[in-house]
Amino acid sequence: MKLWGIADQVVRLAILLAIVGGVTVALRARFVPPSFGETGHYRAEAVTIAAELPVRYAGSEICAECHDDQEELRRRSYHRGLSCEVCHGAAAAHAEDFEAQQPLVPRARGEACLACHEYLPSRPTGFPQIIERLHNPLEPCVGCHDPHDPTPPEVPSSCAACHAQIERTKAVSHHLALTCETCHEAAPEHRIEPRSHLPNKPTAREACGRCHAEGADSGAEIPRVDLDTHGPRYLCWQCHYPHHPEA
Amino acid sequence: MPEDRSRREFLISVLQFPCSAALVAVCGPLATAAAATEDEASSERYFGMGIQVDKCIGCGRCVRACKTENDLPEAPFYFRTWIERYAIHADGRVDVDSPEGGINGFLPRESEGEVVRSFFVPKLCNQCDNPPCVQVCPVGATFKTDDGVILVDSDYCIGCRYCIQACPYGARFLDPRTKTADKCTFCYHRITQGLLPACVEVCPTGARVFGELKADASPLRRLMRMSRLQVLKPSLNTEPKVFYTELDGEVR
Ligand code: HEC
Ligand code: HEC
Ligand code: HEC
Ligand code: HEC
Ligand code: HEC
Ligand code: HEC
Ligand code: HEC
Ligand code: HEC
Repeated sequence: MKLWGIADQVVRLAILLAIVGGVTVALRARFVPPSFGETGHYRAEAVTIAAELPVRYAGSEICAECHDDQEELRRRSYHRGLSCEVCHGAAAAHAEDFEAQQPLVPRARGEACLACHEYLPSRPTGFPQIIERLHNPLEPCVGCHDPHDPTPPEVPSSCAACHAQIERTKAVSHHLALTCETCHEAAPEHRIEPRSHLPNKPTAREACGRCHAEGADSGAEIPRVDLDTHGPRYLCWQCHYPHHPEA
Repeated sequence: MPEDRSRREFLISVLQFPCSAALVAVCGPLATAAAATEDEASSERYFGMGIQVDKCIGCGRCVRACKTENDLPEAPFYFRTWIERYAIHADGRVDVDSPEGGINGFLPRESEGEVVRSFFVPKLCNQCDNPPCVQVCPVGATFKTDDGVILVDSDYCIGCRYCIQACPYGARFLDPRTKTADKCTFCYHRITQGLLPACVEVCPTGARVFGELKADASPLRRLMRMSRLQVLKPSLNTEPKVFYTELDGEVR
């Protein structure tokens, strides 16, 4: 049988094609989710869902609207870079309605402070650190330091309070007997506002030479080198770490 | 007629492929064209993060904030961001540890041998501009938004874990509750409202800097102008949008 003179097998083929095409369209409509492909090879709706998840950390600006006392203190203190919620925990619900949630108040000794301030050699130098075991034990930290303005009650006496890593390195080195001031002139202000009054660092080979040069007027036990021939083109501390010199 | 039937079957299977291929060919380009125009419209909002390694004190507050903000599983191995501690020994050996991702901070290392230097490196999804995870997703459940953030559509993810395998930074995990892939979104729900990602909000030393990559003045642009930037595994050509400064050569 021929339809409009078209070969039988072509008609069959056309019918088949139509069925397969129809089924594909139906399946796509069934399985491809609604907003798929609107903005790319994904569900556009997923972006909206991701953008509408609940916020739990409100951010420090909002806290300041009601707690201006704490904010005023914090803003001028060493803790100016700290978000309120890093100590008080996520408090968006509290900021929305202060009766709905009581933020954490970490009063116990070390509860909030030690994650940041306990001595660890891996922390950057200059970051203030204490050894909890030795630093005024048993009393809560907030007894002496207001957490919103933790300025120590007295100016720290030793360089080690902030440069613990250097102090500890030096203490096991041949330079253990040298005080920091042998090589650095640190103004007293450096201990109050460290970054605005940086101490100086040795700049020339002679700084080491005054003890280690052949003819230097220094202790007999100190090993000597000839400044003219010993690593002449470099500064001494390009080869020796000054706080832990090794030969 | 057995002969006939087998021919029919043969025809069906032969035809199935070109038919669906033709449909895809017709519909595919339409979708991508729509995507392209959208891309240009909001291209100035394009997010990235800078990490100043020399400022990280390893307090782990970011890890905790991330878990809370994004409601991640409690168990200590599901992290969208985590801190690694590197210790480089005098003999060249490199130790890396990350106890519970650093969520409780760190204890002093049990030291064996002399350590020459040690420091902390925060890690997270690098939000690659050329993301291998997106390439391997068989269903389009992970994708790059117009602002450059890689998201996971957890309603559509089939949990096949290809993306977890494909990520060279180990930034993805399978959420045990939903059995779908999960990872850092730069806190998409926060940044679209103008808030900072939770980890950046709580970082006490400004080690994490968040901002727009294409704006003229953003904290991130300033950082990028002022410092020498590095990315993790640059040779993989993933083009991360998380940039590190003062990164030690030993960091992988
Ligand atoms: C709408 C005003 C408002 C905002 C915004 C607000 N608070 Fe409060 N907050 C209060 C009030 C009022 C109290 C005292 C409530 C009480 O004693 O029960 C309080 C109490 C507190 C307390 C002490 C709780 C205690 O147990 O003593 C803390 C800590 C605190 N808020 C932290 C925050 C933080 C962090 C934020 C920012 C995320 C914030 N608040 C935002 C009004 C506010
Ligand atoms: C370094 C951690 C830390 C930070 C940062 C911090 N707080 Fe506190 N906050 C504490 C501690 C600890 C206490 C308890 C003090 C005490 O009992 O003497 C406290 C107490 C409070 C109280 C209750 C005061 C009272 O007497 O009951 C409020 C309100 C408060 N903080 C708000 C804030 C706000 C607002 C900010 C941000 C501007 C902030 N805090 C930042 C640690 C912190
Ligand atoms: C999230 C990390 C973090 C927490 C938690 C934290 N601090 Fe701090 N603290 C800092 C930073 C950052 C500085 C500023 C360091 C600098 O200026 O280099 C600082 C500075 C200080 C200083 C000043 C040190 C100096 O240079 O003289 C003291 C004291 C201090 N904190 C005590 C505390 C106490 C007490 C607590 C607990 C209530 C606490 N901190 C909790 C991060 C933290
Ligand atoms: C008895 C009061 C007292 C208590 C309790 C106390 N501190 Fe201090 N803290 C001081 C004084 C005084 C200084 C400055 C002198 C020094 O370096 O010892 C100081 C200095 C610091 C410094 C800065 C290092 C420096 O000298 O710049 C940090 C950080 C610090 N304390 C954290 C803490 C933490 C954390 C706790 C709780 C575990 C704590 N303090 C408990 C009195 C106290
Ligand atoms: C209150 C904490 C504190 C005390 C106490 C302190 N420093 Fe510092 N020191 C710092 C900080 C913070 C920096 C800056 C580190 C940085 O920028 O990386 C610094 C930097 C330095 C530098 C490097 C300067 C540079 O140009 O890089 C030297 C040297 C130094 N201090 C020596 C000392 C000496 C010596 C003492 C003791 C007399 C001392 N410091 C006491 C906090 C302190
Ligand atoms: C033998 C001399 C000498 C002594 C003693 C010494 N320093 Fe230094 N220090 C140097 C030199 C030299 C440099 C410069 C190194 C460089 O530029 O690479 C330096 C650099 C520094 C720096 C900045 C670079 C760094 O390593 O972080 C700090 C901070 C510092 N010293 C602190 C101290 C403190 C604190 C002490 C006492 C515990 C001390 N120094 C004792 C010679 C010394
Ligand atoms: C105030 C004097 C003094 C200054 C300044 C000084 N040193 Fe020393 N140095 C010593 C003493 C004391 C010893 C230890 C001698 C001993 O072993 O008894 C020593 C030991 C050394 C050693 C030998 C370590 C070994 O393994 O035997 C080296 C290397 C060294 N210093 C390098 C330096 C460098 C580099 C500088 C400049 C940054 C410097 N010193 C500045 C006093 C000084
Ligand atoms: C090019 C690298 C280099 C430089 C720069 C350098 N040193 Fe050395 N230094 C060495 C080496 C290597 C040794 C051990 C081998 C030797 O004794 O020559 C050493 C040994 C020493 C010793 C121990 C000598 C002994 O008898 O135990 C002293 C002290 C010393 N250096 C001081 C200095 C001083 C001071 C300077 C700056 C004027 C300096 N070095 C610059 C590489 C250097």
